[in-house]
Amino acid sequence: MAMLTSRQLRIAKAVVFILCLLPLTYIVYAALTENLGTDPVKSLIHITGEWAIRLFVLTMAISPMRAWLGWGWALRFRRMLGLYTWFYATIHLLIVTTYIFAWDWQLAKIELAERAYIFVGFAAWVLMMPLGLTSNNRAVRALRKNWGRLHMLVYPAVLLAWLHIAWQVRSSYFDAVLYAVLIICLLFQRFQKLKKRL
Amino acid sequence: MLIRTPSDILSSEITPESVYLKRRQFMQGLGLGATALGMGLPATGFAASEDPRKSLSFSPVVANADNPFYTDEKTPSFAEASSYNNFYEFGTDKTDPAKNSHTLTTDPWSVQVEGAVAKPGSYPLEDIMKLMTLEERIYRLRCVEAWSMVIPWVGFSLADFIKMFEPTSDAKYVEFTTLYRRNEMKGQRSAFSTIDWPYTEGLRMDEAMNSLAFMSVGMYGKTLPNQNGAPIRLVVPWKYGFKSIKSIVKMRFTSVRPKTSWQSIAPNEYGFYANVNPEVSHPRWSQAYERRLPSSLLSPSRIKTEMFNGYGEQVAGLYKDMNLRRNY
Repeated sequence: MAMLTSRQLRIAKAVVFILCLLPLTYIVYAALTENLGTDPVKSLIHITGEWAIRLFVLTMAISPMRAWLGWGWALRFRRMLGLYTWFYATIHLLIVTTYIFAWDWQLAKIELAERAYIFVGFAAWVLMMPLGLTSNNRAVRALRKNWGRLHMLVYPAVLLAWLHIAWQVRSSYFDAVLYAVLIICLLFQRFQKLKKRL
Repeated sequence: MLIRTPSDILSSEITPESVYLKRRQFMQGLGLGATALGMGLPATGFAASEDPRKSLSFSPVVANADNPFYTDEKTPSFAEASSYNNFYEFGTDKTDPAKNSHTLTTDPWSVQVEGAVAKPGSYPLEDIMKLMTLEERIYRLRCVEAWSMVIPWVGFSLADFIKMFEPTSDAKYVEFTTLYRRNEMKGQRSAFSTIDWPYTEGLRMDEAMNSLAFMSVGMYGKTLPNQNGAPIRLVVPWKYGFKSIKSIVKMRFTSVRPKTSWQSIAPNEYGFYANVNPEVSHPRWSQAYERRLPSSLLSPSRIKTEMFNGYGEQVAGLYKDMNLRRNY
């Protein structure tokens, strides 16, 4: 399947759109039916954080899919996946701000200064902001060459997101190792491309 | 000490847990605290077919605001208290211990007592249960992860237990060890674990002899579920939850301060004392607030954390000449 017809593409996009909404649907359903467990705040923080990093890795897997598997069509879904990454990261941040910091800026400031894992997580979200805001076609056209340069920010953002996970390791290295392996694989393809250019 | 297996219980004796709790409150309301009468109140709960918990006979706690062993704060349901646990021997997720701990066999069980004591040896749990008088205590449990619960424990005073072994003057500390049994404890088989099994904890002797320090063999009137540390665990309510070591198989009395599991993993995060202290924040969590569980999204029950988890009157004296910022 090298190319999609515009009709197939529209259907496929709708399917991906709905798939990406499923975690949110689950969260809202579980919250309304009080199925988030004894500590719903913690469950919400974990679920939204996990989906943000999963979608982030998936977004970054598009280029290697194209390069290694020849899945050119995958590029058509990258913007949506990237925006959903930012969307889940934003919900994650909002839940932390509401339930952990209770919108107490003083406390939030102390937490950001004292806890490196919170700082890098927040920094990753900040770096995603310009990417999300310039994801529309008009911005892509207006920025021209600079658009690509600006979107190089995904690399520091994904590394900060990984640090956010790794710094929280307490009893198990599993998540930190899993995402390290995935991110290294995804970055490997970029290095190959870079080497070819040089 | 009365242990009845579910099959011994007639259906006519079965009381729903809620009714049992109400009846208990009613008795206490009448000032019939069984402690005062010197008698144990047989507690019969409903015997669900797979529920391996056995009813215990114990003195209910005296419901008095001045009683440090009692609090009128809301307790979670038994289901909540037994489905949200940190017991990494059975997995790192809060729901893992409830899912995975059914593999643990707790009978036979004995506690090995070693070191600076006149009476070392292996003490079978049945003997311990015969020698100790069971009582109830309702304690706040504050986890280092900034959540807390109020739990009605059943057990006996750690000080009374320790006196049985006649510690010598060399006994300055007591080290506790959790069971290490890879084939029954899934988490111990994990290749990704940061913990060097078995899990160990420790107390200074004067802390262990404090009247709040408690050995629990039950909660909610029955024996402990595996995920809550069956068949015998420590409860030190003025310290973060990880000090309250579960499924204890060994107690070693020593003159040297033992190294605890969490100290070995991250010495800058977890100190030996681990007293609840809202002023000393943990690198991962501010300790100024806690979520009292169960909470909901509409009422997150975010409350201020109290020094020594509110037990300062009983334990502050233990640390009066110490810098608690350095000795966290």
